[in-house]
Amino acid sequence: MKVLVCVKRVVDYNVRIRVKPDGGGVVTDGVKMAMNPFDEIAVEEALRMREAGHVSEVVAVTIGDKKSQEQLRTALAMGADRAIWVEHEEAIQPLGVARVLKALAEREQPGLVLLGKQAIDDDCGQTAQMLAALWQRPQATYASEVVISGETVRVTREVDAGLEVIDVDLPAVISTDLRLNEPRYVKLPDIMKAKRKPMDSYTLPDLGVELPPLVERLETTPPPARTGGFKVESVEELVATLKEKGLV
Amino acid sequence: MNVEKKPGPSPRASFDWSDALLLESQLTEEERLVRDAARDYAQGSLLPRIRDAHRDELFERDVLREMGELGMLGSTLTGYGCAGMSYVCYGLVAREVERVDSAYRSTLSVQSSLVMYPIWAFGSEAQRQRYLPKLATGEWLGSFGLTEPDHGSDPSGMVTRARKIGGGWVLNGAKTWITHSPEADVLVVWAKDDHDVIRGFILERGMQGLSTPKIEGKFSLRASVTGEIVLADVEVSEDQLLPNVTGLKGPFNCLNRARYGIAWGALGAAEACWHAARDYTLDRKQFGRPLAATQLVQKKLADMQTEITLGLQGCMQLGRLMDEDRAAPEAISLCKRNSCGKALEIARVARDMHGGNGISDEYPVIRHMLNLEAVNTYEGTHDVHALILGQAQTGLSAFG
Repeated sequence: MKVLVCVKRVVDYNVRIRVKPDGGGVVTDGVKMAMNPFDEIAVEEALRMREAGHVSEVVAVTIGDKKSQEQLRTALAMGADRAIWVEHEEAIQPLGVARVLKALAEREQPGLVLLGKQAIDDDCGQTAQMLAALWQRPQATYASEVVISGETVRVTREVDAGLEVIDVDLPAVISTDLRLNEPRYVKLPDIMKAKRKPMDSYTLPDLGVELPPLVERLETTPPPARTGGFKVESVEELVATLKEKGLV
Repeated sequence: MNVEKKPGPSPRASFDWSDALLLESQLTEEERLVRDAARDYAQGSLLPRIRDAHRDELFERDVLREMGELGMLGSTLTGYGCAGMSYVCYGLVAREVERVDSAYRSTLSVQSSLVMYPIWAFGSEAQRQRYLPKLATGEWLGSFGLTEPDHGSDPSGMVTRARKIGGGWVLNGAKTWITHSPEADVLVVWAKDDHDVIRGFILERGMQGLSTPKIEGKFSLRASVTGEIVLADVEVSEDQLLPNVTGLKGPFNCLNRARYGIAWGALGAAEACWHAARDYTLDRKQFGRPLAATQLVQKKLADMQTEITLGLQGCMQLGRLMDEDRAAPEAISLCKRNSCGKALEIARVARDMHGGNGISDEYPVIRHMLNLEAVNTYEGTHDVHALILGQAQTGLSAFG
């Protein structure tokens, strides 16, 4: 079985995000970029499936400008067998990503598509669900445990009420949650080896996909600065204050 | 180089306070990936254990094995299970490891540059096959014995002897301040032969007459064990001699490589101190405002930023020269001396900026300050490197 793992280039989680002075997005020039951490978990899970003998090939995919190849290189260094780079310069939205991935899924015929439950830059959390709908295959989102047995996969999902366990038929789309695994450290010699692994590239016309922008971004603003708290003298005053602010 | 520029003002470039000269942009994709891999490991796996390892003087063999598994040991060497990376990559790894602690970087340097390198460069094929794969995985721990109780900066005065006997050698003498010696499996030791020529030997734990007592009471590099090597009629076969080098150039070749790693590493420790001082003085409020709002603190932060930024540019260029085989030993001395001296001063000032908290190991600065005292001293003291540079520009030796 082949697994398609989708990775996104995002601003590194350690970087303090700054909004551009003109409000047209966040500053990414000269900022450290990295693979979306949830996608890293997806890559790790795919590699563990291969190591357990359930999977024969792990293919990493990204959509983005030339620099996004760096994240594919990271996936290859972690152990992915090959990579697919879909060249696209402009910003892309979840439905657009899902359409590209659907086109790739039809080409590659994977048994499983793994991707992070959300990207830490836009926090949309929609791509996996949209892909499953377009591809007309089952979905299992927010996975914290994935067990493959034959033609089905048992997925433990993290939901508000606790854990939900479902069986889905393969091929399927699974989105990974934080507690699924801890990604391995990259070995330095594998970074050298990654350079020699195959990376195919496609343009959107190659895949027969058009991406008209559906959502227009009007403004980007930093969150309001936190104001300091204050102390109350008694429980009565606390309750009164909360009521006054409409919080209880 | 001609750059077409239209008349009119240039747009204002944005300033990254932590990377003023955009070192990041000088790295290749591969170098960035190597740096990120080393940083992930150092921050994820080394940082959480260093406080206790330093406090309780724990030398963990697991650290060596983890470094081996990630391909960090002997990473510039080719074959025998080594990664074959560039010197720039090695420097970037040293910087990330020493950002956590100089002891861990010492482990990396000693194993890579002082033990694996001489076996790779001066050893026989049989020696390479026997030692390098296990040193590369971290299964075996190595040590390097040059310094003696009465001969530190003048290794040519060493008194350790290797007497030729039929089919082998008998070694007598003592080495001290030897990183890892109490636990080392493999010890590269330098001694004078019957003709007063310095020769290298590979010793193994368990040889008759070899002992390695630990040095107690160390206030620096506490997460790496240090000791002596005592040789009392240690008889070895001819196979244990490093056949392809004689004289001081043997150990000096090793030290040059280690010093290069130290030049990068010390600045990693300095960066840790600088960032800690910046964070602390931004958070700490006295007299109703952050300490960082005072001129005294800002001047110190600006000095740290300047020295580290310029020092890293030097290391970067030195690394490129190393990769082209164009780095003179004196150039390595210059960077080792500069990085260590500046890093030590930055650590001391950062300790001061932390006030009373600066003496607690809950903050990293006192640990780095103590470590850097050793780093500034070992592999050629600050002053000895000054003499090397002085001699190189005047033609006059001021040693001795």
